[in-house]
Parts: sequence; C-alpha cells; structure tokens
Amino acid sequence: MDIHEYQAKHLLAKAGVPIPNGGVAHSADEAAYLQHEIAGDRWVVKAQIHSGARGKAGGVKLCSSDQEVRDAAAELLGKRLVTNQTGSQGKVCNAVYVEAASDIERELYVAMVLDRASEQVVVVASREGGVEIEELAEEKPEAILREHVDPAIGLLDFQSRELAFGLGLEPGQMADAVKTFRGLYRLLRDHDATMVEVNPLVVTKDGRLLSLDAKFGFDDNALFRQPKISELRDRAQEDPRETAAQDQGLSYVGLEGDIGCMINGAGLAMATMDMIKHAGGAPANFLDIGGGASPERVANAFRLVLSDDNVRAMLVNIYAGINRCDWVAQGIVQALGEIELNVPLVVRLSGTNVEQGKKILVDSGYPIITADTLAEAAERVVSARA
Amino acid sequence: MAILIDETTPVLVQGITGRIGSFHAQEMIDYGTNVVGGVTPGKGGAEHHGRPVFNTMKEAVQATGATASIVFVPGPYAADSVCEAADAGIEYCVAITDGIPAQDMMRVKRYLRLFPEERRMCLTGPNCAGTISPGKAMMGIMPGHIYMEGKVGVVARSGTLGYEAASQMKERGIGISTAVGIGGDPINGCSFRRVLEFFEADAETEAVMMIGEIGGPQEAEAAEFVRDHMSKPVVAFIAGLTAPKGRRMGHAGAIVSGAGESAQEKAEILRAAGVTVVERPSELGAVMAAVLGS
Repeated sequence: MDIHEYQAKHLLAKAGVPIPNGGVAHSADEAAYLQHEIAGDRWVVKAQIHSGARGKAGGVKLCSSDQEVRDAAAELLGKRLVTNQTGSQGKVCNAVYVEAASDIERELYVAMVLDRASEQVVVVASREGGVEIEELAEEKPEAILREHVDPAIGLLDFQSRELAFGLGLEPGQMADAVKTFRGLYRLLRDHDATMVEVNPLVVTKDGRLLSLDAKFGFDDNALFRQPKISELRDRAQEDPRETAAQDQGLSYVGLEGDIGCMINGAGLAMATMDMIKHAGGAPANFLDIGGGASPERVANAFRLVLSDDNVRAMLVNIYAGINRCDWVAQGIVQALGEIELNVPLVVRLSGTNVEQGKKILVDSGYPIITADTLAEAAERVVSARA
Repeated sequence: MAILIDETTPVLVQGITGRIGSFHAQEMIDYGTNVVGGVTPGKGGAEHHGRPVFNTMKEAVQATGATASIVFVPGPYAADSVCEAADAGIEYCVAITDGIPAQDMMRVKRYLRLFPEERRMCLTGPNCAGTISPGKAMMGIMPGHIYMEGKVGVVARSGTLGYEAASQMKERGIGISTAVGIGGDPINGCSFRRVLEFFEADAETEAVMMIGEIGGPQEAEAAEFVRDHMSKPVVAFIAGLTAPKGRRMGHAGAIVSGAGESAQEKAEILRAAGVTVVERPSELGAVMAAVLGS
C-alpha cells in the first residue's frame, strides 16, 4: 500500500524527524492561507499523487508570492499528471502540499528496507542524494553506507552516528541526524513498513538537516494490526481494476497486453503469462483466484478480467490442488450466463475433479476452446486472438 | 530414501481443529502420513480424526514423541506457533499459512538462530504447498496422486507450478524422491540452497528440479552452491519473464526491486553456474527427461 507525501510527512513529524514547515491543501484558497501561516519568502507547491518523478512531470512548483502559490495550486488541483511511473492514464491530483522552500547546501539519501539476504532491516545511506540509488549501487557501490539492525535490539545511536559521520555531517548536526535515523527506524518498526525512503535528506545553507521527501511501503500482511495506516489508503490513486479485485479478495495486477488471464496460484499465473509471451502474445493482467475458490468467486474473477476493454482473448488455466475444477467450471458458466462474451475463450483444467469440470463446460453449450496442456492453452489463445 | 520426511516421521498438526487444518490433516492421514496428534490451545483433551489434541506443543511432543509439525494457524498467530514448535524440540516444521507479517518472520528467523545448530529446527515455508515424499508421507496441501515415487528432488517457491512440474514428469514416467515447497514470502525458512544441500546428500536423489521466480537473492545463492558443491544435475525454471519491475505478482516476495532479481537475470546466473535452465514452463518434464537420459 502507498501513501501520499503529506501523510508520510505527518508520520515523520510525529516521530520527531525534522522536516520543513508545511501542510496539505485541497483548494487554492487553502494553499494561500497555508503559505501565510508558513511564512518565509519562497514556497514549494507539490502535487499529491502516488508516484515519484513528480518534478519532471510539472507536479512541483517553486513560488515566491502568495499569488504564485494560489495559481500553482489552482493549476495542479484536479489535473491528471503523467509521470514515468503512472502509466499513460496518469494519476489525479486532489491535494497539494505547500511547504517552505529550503536553501540547499547538500543532498543526501537515506532509506531503511527489509533486506531479504540478511533477513534484517538494513539502513542504506549515501552522500549522493536526489539520484536513483540503484544506479548508484551499480556504478559506485563504495558510495553506499550500510548498517544492519538486529530486530530484537533496534537501531543503536552509535550506528546512527557512524552513518552521520559517514555522510560527512558536522558534529553540530549529530543530534538532528540521530533523531532522523531513530525516528525513521521507529516508524518502520511500529507501522510494519517494509521500506521508508528519504530522498533527499538535505543539509540547508544554515546547517539544518531536513527530510524533504519521504516514501513508505507497508506490509499488506500486517495491515490487520495497523488500522491507522489502512485509513491512509487513497482509492482515487489506484487502478480501478485492482481496487475491484482487492475488494473481492483476488490478487490482480493490470498490464499492457490484450490476453486476459484467470489462473490459480501466483507461480502458475506468472508461468502462464510467460507461455503467452513465448507464443507471441502479451498478457492483459496477472490474476490469481487463490485456493478453494467458490463458483461465485470464480464468476467475479471472470467478469473482472473481461471488464478490461483491452482484452481481445481470454485464457483460464487451472491446476486444481485445493481448488476444484467443477467449481471453477460452474463459476465460468455462471458468469457467461450474465455477460455477453465477445472474445474467444480458452480453458485448460487439470487436477481435482477435472472430468466433472470438463463436462460442465461441454454441457453448457458455450463456444469454449479447451486445451489439455499449458503449451496448447497458450498457443490456442494467441492464435484465437481476434 | 527421501529427505525431511518419510512414512515413519511422527507428525503433529498445529491448528488441527480449524476448518483448513482439519481438512488437510485428514488428507495427510489418508495418504499414509504418520499423524500422531494435533494442537489447538484450549481444546486439549479432545480427540480429532482419532488423534489426541493438546493445548501446547510441549505437552504434545512429550506425549507423542513427534519430531515434525505442520502449521495451519492463521497469519496473525502463525509466527508464534512456529516458535512454539522450535521450543518444543520439533526437528522439522512446515508452515502452510499465507499472510504472515514480514516482521513476524524476521523475529522467527532470529529466534531459530538462538538454538545451537544441532538442535535448530528446520523450517520450510510459510506460504507454501508443503513437502511430500511420494508413496511415503505428505505434509502439505498438494494433490498427492500427481506425484510418482522416484529419484528426482523438486524444490519450488510456487505450489501450483510445483504441481505442474510433478505432473509433467509423471507423464514421462519420471518419479520424485521428495518435493519441497519453500514458499512465496520475502522471508522464509529453508532457502533453495539449504534444500539443495539436502538433495545433494541424499543417496537416492539423482537430479533436482528447482522452480524459482522473480524477487529476492535465493536463486542466485543457490546457483553459487550448484557451481561449487553439487555433483547432481540441476534443472531450473524461473517464473515471471513478463512481470514488470516494481509490481508484486501475487506472492508477497514476487517483486523485482533490485539488480539480479528479474527472471532473465536469474536464468543467466543459473545458466552460468552450470544449471540447465528451462525456457518454457511447458517443457519442465521434457527437459528433465533429456537430462536424465544423457
């Protein structure tokens, strides 16, 4: 789950991490009011959308008068912004963040992530802020500092100081640095985040250390015990297909191709998409119906795949272990009874109750192309594609 | 011979009276697994599927002499159950549960490392299909009949893709010594490497089928082990060729977030280590047949 910058900044402030003065506005009037509250002589108005690279897309505006703040907010609010991370649809900006502009001396980078190799949280920091950390990791791995955190001990202050000195901070900036690292670690731990990234962390010309932008990633498996984080969800920022899937407990990822997929198991789903690609096609989505799916759940999943206008053929691939082919077949027939099927449909059933499942499909009389193997299924759906 | 479990292994089912635990405990018993009891806190003293139910793992191990356990406890409580198994002296634990918070798994792994190596519980999963030694014992949720007894070891992240591999091999008359699911979560018990070590040491396993996917460092780590320490042929498939970077594909751990984590990169790393990489998931059985035949 993603959250907005203004929500992330609110979390940082509560955890004692120094940030510039600022606040969120939902109208041009509110933005202008905030600008007076913040005081200073230059302000930044930032579009609140779930995406990075907002600056390059015109979503971050530097202003030096209240009129400019008002104009910037008016321009951004309600606009759809397209960045290199949003896809061609872009994302709608329903709020702006107004904050005091900082006179930047140096830009640094700091992130805390769940490291799968060490199975611990690792703090990653670099003197080179504002850049893509992955590119830096490849080109100049020695420029990246790392500290592992024992989950039973937590981040120790000496580790924060080592990082701070490694980043070239002055003795006078130590207190703010320790506050920043300690606050970030506590946020990650207490809110079940899998990632918190501050990019950039800046040293201002007057020597202060400030977190200018923050990005969180939260563990979906832990949202049950993080009600306050769950409330930060903004459905307007999500792909409506993915939101609908989530509401039905289905795992769905929208993609750019035109072959709709309904599969059980994440691994088989990925492998089936790979087979479609080998056969010369491109998948429109990833969809895992999960285990023990009822006919209703299957029917919902089926409708969801076909609700995507890009779909020009559909493939169902089920290898039933704890699923049942007869239930899957019933779900498909149920969905076909309610909607008009305008694209070719290929179904491959295997595993538990496969004979009953195949019979239900044949008896239904619908024009369903069947396949017995993974290879057949992929080839047939690609060649049937209108 | 097989690895991890056989027909003599005494197994406890954690969460045996729950809907899912109860169903699969029966399937396991029907397959011939030596299920000796179960644990559900608060239901101690009862009987389920003709087996005794205990309140705690400690009592259950003392009373039954179990050495293995399988966890069906729901996500919010499952990490605690795994730790309880380790504390009770269980040697091998399979965690089927999906949806365990990553930080809970981090604590589980740290807890396991507190035990000296010779008494440290071996964990596979969570979020996996379990482990089966065909014809002997099944600790998992897989359809047992698609696995033929034989000499190929299988280790897979994905459950359903493991089924696909087993059935493609069965069609060609290739059997399995043991199939192990290591699960799709970012932090899990045994890694690919650890399971490869078991297969390398197992006298009756002649070759290994390894099924990985995008995300994480474990396939690359396994490649290193194959290159330096493995005498048996390894055939591998990596799912997720079409998965875009930064998108989670169903499994909590199936996400490309750094260098070396895409399907293409992992396939190259494995190939360089001498692993036979299967390009198409429809050819898992055919490639294994060719490797065994040569």
